[in-house]
Amino acid sequence: MSAASERPGLRSGHFRLWHNPQVRGVLIQALLLAVVAWFAWEIIDNTITNLRQRHIASGYRFLDSTAGFGIIQTLIPYSEVSSYGRAFIVGLLNTILVAGLSIVLATVIGFIVGIMRLSSNWLIAKIGTAYVEIIRNIPLLLQLFVWYRAVLKAMPAPRQSIAIADAAFLNNRGLYVPYPIFGQGITWVMAAFAGGILLSVLYGTHARRVQERTGRMPPRLAASLGLILGLPLVAAFITGLGVSLDYPVLQGFNFVGGLNVIPEFTALFLGLSIYTAAFIAEIVRAGVQSVSKGQTEAAHALGLHESTTLRLIVLPQALRVIIPPLANQYLNLTKNSSLAVAIGYPDVVATGGTILNQTGQAVEVISLWMAVYLSLSLLTSGFMNWFNARMALKGAPSL
Amino acid sequence: MKRPLISVILGATLGLSVATAASAATLDDVKAKGFIQCGVNPSLPGFGFPDDKGNWSGLDVDFCRAVAAAVFGDPNKVKYSPLSAKERFTALQSGEIDLLARNSTWTMQRDTALGLSFVGVNYYDGQGFMVRKSLNVDSALKLNGASVCTQTGTTTELNLADYFRANNMTYQVVAFENNDEVNQAYDSGRCDVLTTDQSGLYSTRLKLANPDEHVVLPEIISKEPLGPVVRQNDPQWFNIVKWTLFAQINAEELGVNSQNVDEMKESTNPEIRRLLGLEGDFGTSIGLSNDWAYNIVKQVGNYGEVFDRNIGPDTPLKIARGLNALWNKGGIQFAPPIR
Repeated sequence: MSAASERPGLRSGHFRLWHNPQVRGVLIQALLLAVVAWFAWEIIDNTITNLRQRHIASGYRFLDSTAGFGIIQTLIPYSEVSSYGRAFIVGLLNTILVAGLSIVLATVIGFIVGIMRLSSNWLIAKIGTAYVEIIRNIPLLLQLFVWYRAVLKAMPAPRQSIAIADAAFLNNRGLYVPYPIFGQGITWVMAAFAGGILLSVLYGTHARRVQERTGRMPPRLAASLGLILGLPLVAAFITGLGVSLDYPVLQGFNFVGGLNVIPEFTALFLGLSIYTAAFIAEIVRAGVQSVSKGQTEAAHALGLHESTTLRLIVLPQALRVIIPPLANQYLNLTKNSSLAVAIGYPDVVATGGTILNQTGQAVEVISLWMAVYLSLSLLTSGFMNWFNARMALKGAPSL
Repeated sequence: MKRPLISVILGATLGLSVATAASAATLDDVKAKGFIQCGVNPSLPGFGFPDDKGNWSGLDVDFCRAVAAAVFGDPNKVKYSPLSAKERFTALQSGEIDLLARNSTWTMQRDTALGLSFVGVNYYDGQGFMVRKSLNVDSALKLNGASVCTQTGTTTELNLADYFRANNMTYQVVAFENNDEVNQAYDSGRCDVLTTDQSGLYSTRLKLANPDEHVVLPEIISKEPLGPVVRQNDPQWFNIVKWTLFAQINAEELGVNSQNVDEMKESTNPEIRRLLGLEGDFGTSIGLSNDWAYNIVKQVGNYGEVFDRNIGPDTPLKIARGLNALWNKGGIQFAPPIR
């Protein structure tokens, strides 16, 4: 930089300015920024002009009007008299629910299959390979259709439901399970649960210090479990928590009451998890293979078990390679959940689409969709970046 | 990402399309490109449906062809855009299509707030319910607690909610974006009830595994005047499409059909002479040639012919004329006169 700017020889100030890379860089960037800004302004201006010219109502006021349509799965209270805005939130929560749970399942399956592929057992390795090669090469939409049909096909009609202990029922309307209704004591139990988590974290830090100082490992797992599960149990016992169960009952066409897991959710959950798991498996495989074999050999030489080696030596190093692409898969999974509309699961795209159609506010609804997926993606990648920074190799802790 | 992507693209075109091009006369655009881009239903036999060779047919498809006959004197100068209920209005707003003929219900909100205009009614319909015979249900009022399959983004979805609410009944709605997905879900037993416009129920029943096992309930719970739609900012195009429909209905009323239209040119009836362009300047007044209506009737047929060909008693749908009979034959199809 400095070498170039100090280069003598050009007489005209104008030329000298242009040949200064720093100035030139700023100029070009300013120019690019101007072009982008002009382009954005042009689109916005064009849209507004077009909307006005075609007498299309615009603005977000429609979000307050009555929605008037039903939604099959709602995590918050919603009825046909609720507003469009609330319908949109219902869809958003449904998206977050299915994406969140699928991310957990996809990660579990992905890690298992990824490790399977590296197994020295021929059959297990081949099963892992077949899983990855088949699942990741078939379009997700097709897989969703297959899952949806398969889930529905296997299920009987409501009156021929498969009953589990006369409390849970499985049929082509979904899985119905008893839903617990808690008495007054639930607040104390929840507080004890939160306290238990906090205490077990503090104890964990303490235990690590003890181990670093003395080399002995205090029983962390048992203590944590005792705190997290035991404290709420004690609280429940003291407050006399009255739990009653809301049982599903066959009434007319369908079961009423209880908690209903609809087949649309099940199909989407399975489809997304199994599809994304194939990609995660490859990431895990690559991550584990990136750890040099010497690490494993060294661990074995120290007398560590196979499983301890994997858990304490290989995986922590592999995670540095695994986490960044893993974040991408989480983002993909969340965005892919928008295929829900094809199998009737009311996610944010499905409910938003209905709103779009009932109100005709295409530009507004699409802007909301974009805001939703942008926020979800940024939140996910933000969290994964934080996690990545935590997992990064740091200088050895001073002992 | 199939469907969402299309909506996004449509939304983006709405933003990007140059302001002046969209407001220009649709007739000039259509003539310049040599065909009419017509938005239709891809999965409703009798209204809009392509056969295995890609030939489109149906009541709505024939309406597209009638407009092409009026504009070009050739009913084949149409290209079809298969649209879902959710996509249809955005496609028209953004200029992707010139004309929407896709069994769309004429409502005040759609007619006023979307920048669109309904030109008339080419099929008077009402929403109904279909159930399995094995359920032994003979009235929609006995559907309390049922789960219902329907297409998302339709007036059907709203009427359904209104009807169950008004009658203090609960229901579970499973809404899909495409007709075919609705039908498959119903066929596989996911829902007790399938609801859509009654004409659609008859059409759908044909596609089920065992059509005889299903019954359409007697209740009609709504008014569904279905008709073609154009953009609001082009009065000339609005007139052309509107009068294409009226010409077909008037032709039936006057007894002019595709078989006798040439003989009818000899008729002394002034109404027939005005329709066929032998008296007056009605064609040129809407920017077409004076034989515009002759071409429609000759090449596509009058309203009754189109009805009988696509959905009438001799077709698999076997729909009676009912409300769609002419006003002087017990129905409510009534077109303003050409004069």
